[in-house]
Amino acid sequence: MHSLKGVKRRNTMILYLLLTVMAIVWVVPILWIILTSFRGEGGAFVNYFWPKTYTFHNYVQLFTNSQYPFGRWFLNTLFVSIVSGFISTALVLAMAYSLSRLRFKLKGPFLKVALVLNMFPGFMAMFAIYYILKAAGLTQSLFALILVYVSGAGLGFYIQKGFFDTIPYSLDESAMLDGATKWQIFTKITLPLSKPIIVFTALTAFTGPWMDFIFAQVIMGDNVKNYTVAIGLYSMMTKETANSLFMSFAAGAVIIAIPITILFIVLQRFYVSGVTSGSVKG
Amino acid sequence: MFKRKKHSTFEAHIPLTKLFKKADGATKASYIIMGAANIANKQYLKGFIFLLLEISWVAWLFTTGLKAYHNMITLGTHAQGLVYDKKLGISVLKAGDNSMLLLLWGMLAVIITVLFILLYRANLGSARKIWELKQDGETLPTLKQDLASLLDEKMHVTLMAIPMTGVLFFTILPLIYMIAIAFTSYDHNHLPPKNLFSWVGFANFGNVISGQMANTFFPVLAWTLIWAVAATVTSFFFGVILAMMINAKGIKGKKVFRTIFILTMAIPAFISLLIMNNMFADGGLVNTLLINSGLIKTSLPFFTNPLFAKFTIIVVNLWIGIPATMLVTTGILQNQSEEQIEAAEIDGANKFQIFRSITFPQIVFVMAPSLIQQFIGNVNNFNVIYLLTGGGPANSNYYGAGSTDLLITWLYNLTLNTADYNLASVIGILIFILSATFSLIAYKKISNSGMEA
Repeated sequence: MHSLKGVKRRNTMILYLLLTVMAIVWVVPILWIILTSFRGEGGAFVNYFWPKTYTFHNYVQLFTNSQYPFGRWFLNTLFVSIVSGFISTALVLAMAYSLSRLRFKLKGPFLKVALVLNMFPGFMAMFAIYYILKAAGLTQSLFALILVYVSGAGLGFYIQKGFFDTIPYSLDESAMLDGATKWQIFTKITLPLSKPIIVFTALTAFTGPWMDFIFAQVIMGDNVKNYTVAIGLYSMMTKETANSLFMSFAAGAVIIAIPITILFIVLQRFYVSGVTSGSVKG
Repeated sequence: MFKRKKHSTFEAHIPLTKLFKKADGATKASYIIMGAANIANKQYLKGFIFLLLEISWVAWLFTTGLKAYHNMITLGTHAQGLVYDKKLGISVLKAGDNSMLLLLWGMLAVIITVLFILLYRANLGSARKIWELKQDGETLPTLKQDLASLLDEKMHVTLMAIPMTGVLFFTILPLIYMIAIAFTSYDHNHLPPKNLFSWVGFANFGNVISGQMANTFFPVLAWTLIWAVAATVTSFFFGVILAMMINAKGIKGKKVFRTIFILTMAIPAFISLLIMNNMFADGGLVNTLLINSGLIKTSLPFFTNPLFAKFTIIVVNLWIGIPATMLVTTGILQNQSEEQIEAAEIDGANKFQIFRSITFPQIVFVMAPSLIQQFIGNVNNFNVIYLLTGGGPANSNYYGAGSTDLLITWLYNLTLNTADYNLASVIGILIFILSATFSLIAYKKISNSGMEA
């Protein structure tokens, strides 16, 4: 009975049991929000798990309610995330490459200053940024939002720099001997080797606008038609509206989660190599 | 391997003071008239750009710059108020100085001048370069060559110009502005444009550390630290265990399990946290299911009892934190060398010993920098608190904060709810000092232990 094989099998069974319980804990909230988005009755709080009636009404309402123009918010977010995703990726890679591969006098001091600037809580500067945008006459516009998201690129280069640091320098040197300029080395040698980190950077830059509900809210104020989905959905959850709009909120949450989840699953291997390659070197 | 000696790649230059004594007239003129050396040596475009920028700066200084500096020092002298209008025969509201805008313009003026000083240095550097090349009897680069160098030896200028502009206007300018606010009386009693505020030195710091605000600051600080340590350690520890469990030999469907946990990472935090907030509320799903099943009689105070709420926050955070650690740990485990473990097995080490002495230290070593970042991230974890409890339950002993507020959410409340911008800035600076000190010590410890290994 107590053979080695038996013990092993028992251990495996315990592991399966634990993993299954954990998997349920992680799946239940997601399942619940999906079920809620199709629930035909009740409000924010019901005392049962499975809905009594199923309906598409919550989704329809999301796209027909003029007070909460979800369709427009979705397009706003898509626009902002694509534009800022492209620009941020280019800028982050440019910064990371310069600070990893190129030699110039102020590199050391700049890296130290960047470290210090990153230590200040971002929220502290939020209101000052609002007044700067206001002084420039840019508040409440999608352009301002893109500007703010893109401007973060100058200091968010650490993971990418860590990746560039791992590419052997001998490749650059042999290209230099062949007479290649730095620009040619960057575009023809380094970038083609950096696919994982490019994808990782683009993924994080693209998903940012879908999740930011607080910075965007400060910039947009009450200009509902320029909201992104994150502010929009959050604005549906005020004390007065939370109960009546909860099922539509759930429907909106499902709609946002679908594209991000698909993107994430397809690109997760890049995500892992991005995080680990950056953290090895710190 | 690639570390060369410092400065060895940069040529030694003649000091600028020495250059002034030795150089020719045009180079000397560059010390006052920017671009003179360039123009005298036929680098017209470069020279005229320098000159034009100098003229614009001087013009700016005398038209608006000096006034901006003066206003920054006084922060305005005329408060908004009623002024008797003789024509109308009544008192009318007259706009006063707006201290907030004056301070902002002042900070911008400081940045403009710093940029001008950098430009002036670049002008001298350029003049020196010309002089040095001429001394060596070499030809000067043409405009075309100068432009081509922007894609070669000066490529960092090309690549970094745009991101650096962004950093300057959206990070540095706002930050020095907010730091300056910490030294003013910009609170709910001194709100522009209605009232002026003024410089008060370190009074706000005194207020937070030993004055009225200390009763709020120290408890909130303590909870912030407890939370950051607990959240980082628990997420890391359980994440590693989960990864080990999934990667254990004999477990089938590894990919399915992994995908289930990773799925949750893709859901925006504001959605999952708001759902958790709903699920754990007094009338929420968890409580009603527990009551229906007869396990409890009355709702558990997940968010309404201060101590209970703190536990709830840390536990709910695991739901978000564990998958991220699991994902990275899996990557490390898959790259682990089998030989080392087999060698240990041959030496008679059991599974736990292998984990404790080989696998776990490796994971810690690789993840140490990201753990430091996670700790800092948790100190500043606005989302979890704001969305789960909103800082509540309310605490009448605190000013502008609830029982579960972190320093960062308190900072947010101080600006948005109570309009005490100066206190908020002080808190921001203190968070900075906390984060900076911690990471400095932690990184030093890592690099020391890295050398021993």
